[in-house]
Formats: sequence, structure tokens, C-alpha cells
Amino acid sequence: MAEAVLRVFRGGPESGKPVDYRVPVAPGMVVLDALHAIQEHQSPDLAVRWNCKAGKCGSCSAEVNGRPRLTCKTRLDALPLDEPITVSPLKAFPLIKDLVTDVSWNYKINKKIPAFQPRAGVEWKMYQRDVDRVQEFRKCIECFLCQDVCHVLRDHAKHESFGGPRFFVRTAGLEMHPLDGVSRTKLLKDELGLGLCNITKCCTEVCPEEIRITDNAIIPLKERVVDEFYDPITMLVRKLRGA
Amino acid sequence: MTSSYETHEHDVLIIGAGGAGLRAAIEALAQGARVGLVCKSLLGKAHTVMAEGGIAAAMGNVDKADDWRTHFRDTMRGGKFLNNWRMAQLHAQEAPERVRELEQWGALFDRTEDGQILQRAFGGHTFKRLCHVGDRTGLELIRTLQDRGVQQGIDVYMECTITRLIKDGDRIAGAFGYWREQGRFVVFKAKSIVIATGGIGKAWKVTSNSWEYTADGMALGYETGAELLDMEFVQFHPTGMVWPPGVQGILVTEAVRGEGGTLKNNRGERFMEKYDPKRMELSTRDVVARAIYTEVREGRGTEHGGAYLDISHKPADYVKKKLPSMYHQFKELADVDITTGPMEVGPTCHYMMGGIRVDAETGQSTVPGLFAAGEAAAGLHGANRLGGNSLSDLVVFGKRAGKAAAEHSSRVQSGALDTAQLEEAEREMLAPFERADGEFPYEIHRDLQETMQSLVGIFRNQEDLQKALGELEKFKHRLESVRADGSRMFNPGWHLARDLRSMVLISEAVTRSALARRESRGAHSRIDYPNLDDTWGKQNNIIVKRGGTMALEQRPVTDMPDELKEILAENK
Repeated sequence: MAEAVLRVFRGGPESGKPVDYRVPVAPGMVVLDALHAIQEHQSPDLAVRWNCKAGKCGSCSAEVNGRPRLTCKTRLDALPLDEPITVSPLKAFPLIKDLVTDVSWNYKINKKIPAFQPRAGVEWKMYQRDVDRVQEFRKCIECFLCQDVCHVLRDHAKHESFGGPRFFVRTAGLEMHPLDGVSRTKLLKDELGLGLCNITKCCTEVCPEEIRITDNAIIPLKERVVDEFYDPITMLVRKLRGA
Repeated sequence: MTSSYETHEHDVLIIGAGGAGLRAAIEALAQGARVGLVCKSLLGKAHTVMAEGGIAAAMGNVDKADDWRTHFRDTMRGGKFLNNWRMAQLHAQEAPERVRELEQWGALFDRTEDGQILQRAFGGHTFKRLCHVGDRTGLELIRTLQDRGVQQGIDVYMECTITRLIKDGDRIAGAFGYWREQGRFVVFKAKSIVIATGGIGKAWKVTSNSWEYTADGMALGYETGAELLDMEFVQFHPTGMVWPPGVQGILVTEAVRGEGGTLKNNRGERFMEKYDPKRMELSTRDVVARAIYTEVREGRGTEHGGAYLDISHKPADYVKKKLPSMYHQFKELADVDITTGPMEVGPTCHYMMGGIRVDAETGQSTVPGLFAAGEAAAGLHGANRLGGNSLSDLVVFGKRAGKAAAEHSSRVQSGALDTAQLEEAEREMLAPFERADGEFPYEIHRDLQETMQSLVGIFRNQEDLQKALGELEKFKHRLESVRADGSRMFNPGWHLARDLRSMVLISEAVTRSALARRESRGAHSRIDYPNLDDTWGKQNNIIVKRGGTMALEQRPVTDMPDELKEILAENK
């Protein structure tokens, strides 16, 4: 039977290092299977999050050969096995242990976003063509791979002033809901730092749900912010009213 | 004295953050209670996200003739009349309102032409009844409830495992657990506790369930004196993936058949003609699972030991739109394009009909202050659950349990937390680190899964079940010397060592109940007693801890009122 070498990051923030494990390769095996095999036969305390093992819950995110991936959907036979497969924790979040990071920041950001609130007196009728684009955003499984790859968080650590692609997708799902009556554009501009995104589309590339984050969520939201806060006529009216 | 532990106090503590736990939390909060919600994983990852096909509710949007009576009848028939009739009635009556409420909280279901919630056909349902979002309905439900709950102000304790409930005399006083991340212990003081921890699927080898499904809540309830009901009824979903080995057991939604998928054996025969010619592929899950199992056993299986499930006669765009995650799942994990060829599928352990016995109206167990909802509770589904009746179960009875738990907490004073119980809970957790030469838990878990799979599976007989009881005794001994390595920081081996205790305990409850029921009914098939038995049809199996040991007794099914009997008698 073929063997793969997994070079898995082990340890905590102060004393972590990659450790090599040899794992027999079975047909169709994914990286998460290999991590489970390591737990079972070599290192029972290897820390890794997972739940559904079917690409539906977004728990098992890690960086495989440097790329943010769901380990449950990353097949070994799609990777070069003549060299070690590196598996590292997400870089954009503080490390707890091994492959587990502290993602609680995401839950704090989420809490800032006002929930769906129907317009007063709406009739509960919606048509498929109107919900299609919102359903795309609601496919998000909160794997946070888009957050991990985003250079604003990953390289510049702007966690204090930036919400990240995941929460632009969430906000887009609320803003474009056919019956929603709340505006979140001020929040997007002032607290979620939408302006910091310079649409490099890295988030779209890593999304396992193939949500077109940049084109369908971020750019339309940017347009809304511009319309509301930077439109010359609106700005003039606002200035006159304020005066 | 609880000062040595990190302690949190709530009126209502909810254990488990899937659909039932979240819905209970939202309702308890709406009643004015201080609510804490504890979950083993991150919020939003509970097994509810895996629910695919839809939520059953007699809205009548597509088939106008549908009403709660028909849904009630379908549920009772699917459950082979062992259901708690009052739960089945409440469920059928209240599900439509719970679905509308989800929509009002922001859920976006697929639509009919005239702008209503679209409904699809499913096994055992007379009418098109499942409100759905493609094949990711559970994700929509959990995300909607999660956002609602968080915005309303529920305190959430993520990645925290409860290992023991603390009693003050006869009543509930709190819970003891540990933070998975740091391994520190934590104590919750609460006047009411709602168990919403799901089932026990991880005790079987081929399963659609995640690591969390280790029967924790049922075990906590049992240890606290609550009764367990009809534990022999374990649902094997007919269609799990069978190949490649790593994905074996992963769910293939019933919506494939709901959308017109056909099942064939290796001779190209639509074999459901033999087993249920009227309903064919949309027969109930117990029937379809046994049919596939039988075809394979008699040599008519596929290359990898399953049946062919085919939806490729539908237009590719339609398949991708209605079954997007199935399309991706097979494409990425099995190199199969389901728009052009068949899938290989076989039965997978999926759902527990049995669980904590509760009052239909309130979800309260036989222990004052202890409630249960969702898969952890029993009664609604009887001997077999219909697809789509789980998501509706979660929101109907989650709400009811949350309300009753809040009311209970407003009537009682908080109990005292007994130091001796807390210290015992701590000792139990630390013991695996003190053993130098025991087994690691993974091996014991693998052997448990083999035992339950081969001896307490789809078809059962006395000899196998007795053998399984013997094996379970051995697992208990092995657990006494189970060992953990490393530190208490996020240590899955240590966590599994504890979860295994619950799995072994509740596996025993399943096996004892299965041994007692000498008939075949719904999901419980005895080769040695292949027929329905009227005497057994009027009896529930009850498991309860008595004098430190597991006791089993039978209790008569409660008689239903005449107007409901009339509904069941209607031949539609």
C-alpha cells in the first residue's frame, strides 16, 4: 500500500513545530482521514476540529501545502505524494494547539450585524428569482477560509477595523433579502471596514461553496456604500440639510 | 462550596446547540429566563447542519389537500403506531407555524411559482410536504436560529462538554463539565436543564453521524434517574455513500428519491417493486434500508456492496439546482457525476427514535427540572421516523421544552451544588491521565463500532444480541483502564475516553431493549421474530437506573382519543 508523509504542525503558540507522520493511503482518502489515522495509531492528542466530514459544516479548515482548505474535501490523490504534505493551522487567527485556532473573533463580529428585520406590513411572498442571489450567500458554511486568506486579516491583522469576507457575505444576504427593512451600510463603512477590501478575489478562490464573494457580495455592497455616502448629489443635500 | 470551580448561573441551562437546543433557548429567553447554551462544537456546527431534504409541515402550498390530520396519520403509520399520539398530534398541528416563524426570522426556503414556500415529496408522506432549500435545509435552519438566538442575547458556551448533572435531592441543581480548548473544569448552576444533545450514531461503524453523536444526553438523563423509552429503535438511513472507504456512511439525502431518483440492483431491476410496489422508492426508511441490505446480501449488490441510486434521467441543471451538495459530494469525494450516472448507496446508521421519555406538552422527563427535546427525547417517531419529521420535531418540541423549562425555573428556588458530586465528577475526568499502561480510547471505540454494527444492526436475533451484551460488559472493563496521553489542552483522545462511557452505557440500553422486543416493528427487525406482534404493539420498553443497575420494564402504550382513532382509520 502506498504511503504518504504528513508534516503536521504540532504544539502551541510558543513551542510549535512540524512533525512528520507516515500514513498508509487508501483509495479516495482525504487529509482529514489521514489526520484521524494519526490520532488513532500514533498521536491520540492531535488536536483537530471536525464534524460532518462531508463539506457541510466548515469545521475542519486548515492550510494544506500552504493553501486554505477543508481537510475533509482535500484528497490525497490530488496532492503530490513524493514530498511531505504540510498541514498547518489557519494563520489569521491565534493558535490554541496543533491545528486548532481561536476563531471567537468571528463570532464577535457577527454579533455586530443587525439581524433580519422585515419591513412593516410586508406580505410574506417571495419569488425564486428574487431569493436566488440571497440563497447563494446563505450557502456559507462558516469555514472561515475566506477570512484566513484575506490579506487584510492575514498579513495586516486589521481585526479591529475590518469584518472580513465572511461577514460581507452575511451582510449581503441580509441587505439583499427581498423583505428586509434595515440598512447596514453605515456599519459596513464604519465598523466592518468594507473600504479596506481592494477586491483581489482571494476569498472567492478559496470558498469551498463556490460563493462568488467578491463579485456578488462585496462589490454590490461597495456600490451601496458609495451611493449612500459618496454620491455627489446626496452629499450636497446632506451638507445643505446639515447647515 | 463551588468556589474552586469556574461557575456560571442561569435559570435555564440548555445542553446542545442544534435545532432543538437553539429553539429551546430562544423560547426560554422570550419567557424572561436567564439562558445559558452549552455545546461541544463551535456554534452552528451541530448535526442539524447535516439535515438535507427538508422540514415536514402540512402547509398545503403545493398539495392543497394536505392538513395536520394527514401528517398525523402518516407519522403514526410510519412509526407503526408505537408513537406517543399526543406528540404526533402536536407536531402535525404546530409544524406549519414553526416554519412560518423561521421565515419571519430570515430563513429563505425555495419558492413556488406563486411566491410561497415550496414543498417536495418524501418517503411515507402522502402529500408534497417538505419545505426545503435545495439539499441544505438544515444549514438554513441552524443559521436562522443561531442568528436569532445570538441577537436576542443567549449566553453561549462553545466547545464545552457536560459530563455530569448535579442533583439536590430529587431535583436538578446544575451541571459539571470541561472546556475542550483548555481542559479546565466548569460548573453551571441552573434551575432547569434541557437536554438537546442528539443521538448515538457514533456507536456504529457505518454512520452518517459526527464525532459529537455519543449519546451524552441520554446517558446524563439515565444517570440522573430519567427513564429511557423504546431504545431498540435505531434508524438506518437507506442511502449512505459506500465508496471510497473514507466516505462510507456519509448521507445521501432522501431528496434524491423525492426528486424522482430510482433504486436498481446489479441486474438493472427496480427492486423496490418487490418490497413496496405502491410507494416504491418513497417507501419508509425502514423498508428501503432492509430492501437494499437484502439485495446486497443475496448477491445483487453493486461492485462495492450497495445499490444504484440514479437521478441522471433528470436534466443536469435541475439536478445541480435541487441537489447541489449531492452533486459536489459525489464529484469531489467519489469521482462520480450524478447528472450522468448512478451513485452507489447503502444503509447507514442515522437516527435514534428512542431516547429520554418526556411529557408530550412540556418535554419534561421523569426528573423534575430535567427536560429533553429533539433526537435526545423519544416518543414522536415511534418505531420509525419519516424523513423531514426531524427538523420539525426540533422546532416544535424545542419551543415547548424551552417554554416549560423557563416556567419551571420561575417556580422553584435554585438547588445547592453538592461538593462531593463535583469532586467525584472531577476525579472521573482526571483518572485517564493517571494510568500509565491502559489502552487508548480509539481502539475500544473501533471495537464497539464493530460490535454494534455486526450484532445490533439492521437485522437482529437473540443469539447476536446476547453476544453483544457480553461484549459490552468487556468494554466496560476496558474503559476502567482507558488512558489519555499529553496535556488537558484540546486533547481529542481524552475527550473520547469520556464520550465512550456514554456510548457503551447507552449501547447497552439499546441492546437490552432490542433483546426484549420479540417482534419486528419499524426499524427493529428480528430475524427470529419476523412479524408484528399485537401484544408488543401496545407496549413501550422503559429503561431506568434502579439500585445502581440497568432495569428494563414494559409499560402499556397510552390509549388515544376516539377522534384521533377515526383519523387513523381513514383509508387515504
